[in-house]
Amino acid sequence: MYHVKKECVAMILAGGQGSRLYALTQDMAKPAVPYGGKYRLIDFPLSNCVNSGFDTVGILTQYLPLVLNEYIGNGHPWGLDRVHGGVHALAPYESSGGKSWYTGTANAIYQNISFIDRYQPDYVAILAGDHIYKMDYSKMLDYHKRQNADATIAVLEVPWEEASRFGIMTADENGVITEFAEKPAEPKSNLASMGVYIYSWQTLKRYLVANENDKDAKKDFGGNIIPDMLKDGCKMVAYHFDGYWKDVGTIDSLWEANMDLLNPNIPLDLHDPNWRIYSRNPVMPPHYAGDASFIENSLVAEGCNIEGRVDFSILFAGVKIEKGAIVRDSIIMPNTTVKSGAVIEYSIIGEDCVIGERVHVGERPESIADKESWGVAVIGHQINVSEGARIKPKAMVSENQ
Amino acid sequence: MAIMSTNMLGLIFANLHDENIPDLTKNRTMGSVPFGARYRLIDFPLSNMVNSGITSVGVITKGNYQSLLDHLGSGDEWDLSRKTGGLQLLPPYGNDRRRGLYRGRMEALHSVQNYISNSNAEYVLMTDCNVIVNMDYNHILEYHIEKDADITIVYGYGNYTREQMLTKTAFGFDADGRINDVLIYPDKEGEFNTTMNMYILKRDFILELITETACRNLYSFEADVVQHRHKEFKIYGYKYNGYYEQIDGILSYFAASMAMMSYERRQVLFPRRRPIYTKVRDDAPAKYGLESEVTNSLIADGCVIDGKVENCVLFRGAKIGKGALVKNCILMQDTLIGDKCEMNYVITDKNVKVGGYRSLFGTEDYPVFVGKGASV
Repeated sequence: MYHVKKECVAMILAGGQGSRLYALTQDMAKPAVPYGGKYRLIDFPLSNCVNSGFDTVGILTQYLPLVLNEYIGNGHPWGLDRVHGGVHALAPYESSGGKSWYTGTANAIYQNISFIDRYQPDYVAILAGDHIYKMDYSKMLDYHKRQNADATIAVLEVPWEEASRFGIMTADENGVITEFAEKPAEPKSNLASMGVYIYSWQTLKRYLVANENDKDAKKDFGGNIIPDMLKDGCKMVAYHFDGYWKDVGTIDSLWEANMDLLNPNIPLDLHDPNWRIYSRNPVMPPHYAGDASFIENSLVAEGCNIEGRVDFSILFAGVKIEKGAIVRDSIIMPNTTVKSGAVIEYSIIGEDCVIGERVHVGERPESIADKESWGVAVIGHQINVSEGARIKPKAMVSENQ
Repeated sequence: MAIMSTNMLGLIFANLHDENIPDLTKNRTMGSVPFGARYRLIDFPLSNMVNSGITSVGVITKGNYQSLLDHLGSGDEWDLSRKTGGLQLLPPYGNDRRRGLYRGRMEALHSVQNYISNSNAEYVLMTDCNVIVNMDYNHILEYHIEKDADITIVYGYGNYTREQMLTKTAFGFDADGRINDVLIYPDKEGEFNTTMNMYILKRDFILELITETACRNLYSFEADVVQHRHKEFKIYGYKYNGYYEQIDGILSYFAASMAMMSYERRQVLFPRRRPIYTKVRDDAPAKYGLESEVTNSLIADGCVIDGKVENCVLFRGAKIGKGALVKNCILMQDTLIGDKCEMNYVITDKNVKVGGYRSLFGTEDYPVFVGKGASV
């Protein structure tokens, strides 16, 4: 089959398990985790690709791909159902050489070299599937070309005390990266890699093949590819990004990233018509705010029915809050019902749950003496909590209560 | 879902009844009139057809159909972007070169004669866009077959004012349900069986009717076919007992919008198993600000609410400024209401801007209408 040449192919790494989100990722990969009232994490890199003019996208799946595959479908919600290019879910496969799971991020790209080669691209963008940010990759590609670089790595300044959690780049005054350290104990810089890379494809391909042939090498970008290229004197440059970016690796960061949407001082505007985040829209009527409802500083998606009190919270499509129920500082995922008299505070409730009458989930930090025992309470997907039950803060519930 | 309906062609008349709500149809068809915070009226018949298993739908238009084209696109939102059948837009001047724009339903059908005759369907379901209902059309087809009818007309029963009856057609029936009396726009009030403008006929029978009426310069389906020939043809009424709203003027449009505040009615109109589809817009969820107070209102995605809202329908992208007080209003897509505005009984069309500190008041029986794109 004839394939139209593409300047840049985007590859989204979406195989992550998200083990620290435990109850929320028991039946879906991390990039499929719901966020922001109507999105899934993967909507951000996908929408960024589309808005940046990248129309050929491979999504590398491995862990529990059902929800993600179904969600992406033919790519229509993102305008990625294309005659040439479009979105492709790329799962590990069996070939005459044997079968193999993706053993690392670099190996995942290595196994899909033939997919990328079909489009004869000059460049390949490698993107994480589980970060929240709005970024114009086409500007980064321009920068890559202007710098005549082999690799461009998007970086943002993080607080020094957090720098040891990231892959840290040291760059000279021209933006050329001189040193890279994965989660260094004593960081020399506070420029953290965002997990957004653009490579010149032929160069990257050489390194992927070499990496694969080296039995002892780690099969991922941070472990080997980037250090190897640096060692060999490839031109690697840092591309500064100063917008909002969040990696939601933990329950706390997932909760925070949602709450950031309610903070007018945080520069992540989902209402901006010039950089829409696309998603598979639920087919539901508008939401209804009832006679006795009280809703303040919250995001509410379509299909909700609210008769109770909602404060500093994010409600996904089809959520029902009955009369006398109170939801504060919480995230409630699609089609969950909160029955009357229930109180939900500082919690994340999964999809299709039923929270019974007078159930109390979570607690405000100020009303608990032992700060160590406080944390956001989490209830997984499809969980029923029977009436009157008490779910403590920091709890992680993955079975009916 | 019955398999039967793959044998049924759907025809939707997008422009009929435009004259009933001239404000809202100034720049659009009846079918593309916004309704219920995120829908257009055509979403109801179109979704009902799809949910009833109909996979070929022709939409007959007359004029002003740009907004309709924009809304329907390829039909994929209704799952009607198909290799065989699917959605087909049928603009006027189809294949009738002698006449200009059609004058009535029969002439409209004449102009799409080829579309109908090219279909393999045995039956045709025709409907207008002025009824808001969630209905399984298979029940009507079953009834039509059971009665061995030539034409089956769906009707509802109600008590109507004289003014309401001036836009309605009413029927009388014999004991078997066969129509034996037809009153078109009677100047009367009282209890009537009135048409819901949905019809089932055999495709071959429609084609016959088209030929017969066209050469006699007859153009009205209701007057020239149903009224004049009910003795000759077996025309049956199918009584619909479920919930529906019929739009025959700005007041009934307003009332039908406000009726959506009832949980029970929304359950009937938007059941999960038979959803109403519409064009998606990829708006973010509605955002409630720190000082928002919202009660008894329907709110779509993309709204940003910083004021007080009571008994309102807010379409996608409507924004309510700080300290504003908006009651009993219907605010269509991207309406902007400035800070400290006060509004009661107002309908704003798309993209209306109301500056800060303005007051606009209509009344229950005369809501103020602000036209598309106007600045107040």
